[in-house]
Amino acid sequence: MTVADALLLALGVVAVGAAALVVTSKHLVRAGLYLVVSLGAIAGLYLVLGAELVAWVQVLVYVGAVVVLLLFAVMLTRAPIGASDDLDRPAWPALLVGAGVGLGLAVLLADAFRWAIFPLPEAGTAGRMGEQIFGSWVLPFEVISILLLSALVGAIVLSRPDIKGRGE
Amino acid sequence: MIPYVIAALLFGLGVYGVLRRRNAILVLMAVELMLNAVNLVFVTADVTTRGATHHAGAVFTLFIIVLAAAEVGVGLAIVLQYYRLRKAVALDEVQLEGVAE
Repeated sequence: MTVADALLLALGVVAVGAAALVVTSKHLVRAGLYLVVSLGAIAGLYLVLGAELVAWVQVLVYVGAVVVLLLFAVMLTRAPIGASDDLDRPAWPALLVGAGVGLGLAVLLADAFRWAIFPLPEAGTAGRMGEQIFGSWVLPFEVISILLLSALVGAIVLSRPDIKGRGE
Repeated sequence: MIPYVIAALLFGLGVYGVLRRRNAILVLMAVELMLNAVNLVFVTADVTTRGATHHAGAVFTLFIIVLAAAEVGVGLAIVLQYYRLRKAVALDEVQLEGVAE
């Protein structure tokens, strides 16, 4: 077991453990904070795998923006601060499907990529990624920017009560 | 190999969370876990098959992160609008008819 393997294993345990707490915690706010831990550990996994730019974008966008949005929503819906017991549905169907999907995918992926050796990664720095994005992937990049703009406009329209829908 | 197993377990936990939780915001958090599992598979595949794909997996991951940000923005706007109408965020009490009267 190399150093990279040990790091991957440790960060993976943190990510999976925090994710388990996200889906089982009785506190809404704590679930959000465990989500931060899980996403941060995944960013660490990206770093170990050599995808630097993706790791920092993960920290900026997910930990910085998405989790803050989720916590804002927790506050705006006046969620109870302490533990609440009515967050969950009955467990066993979800447990069955979740465990089945997780273990099935684990077996499938481990079997499918058994042959994949782990070469010394060529780091995905911002320069190399930029060449790819603005070389091969320019059109999807532009489409993504239009989608982001329309999602922004849609979110504003949805959340402003004084903007009426059509025909009203 | 290890990252694939981690990603599969994260995806399973996300599915469990989506099916188990009643609160819409917690369901969105579980969806984020599933998206991250897929991102991890993309990045790992990008590393292990470096010769065939020139950082394509990492580029896809960046696109998915942007899509997730858009999805959370619109999803939370919908949740807040529903909360404004009904004063509740429990998903299994959502009535599909008669909301817009």
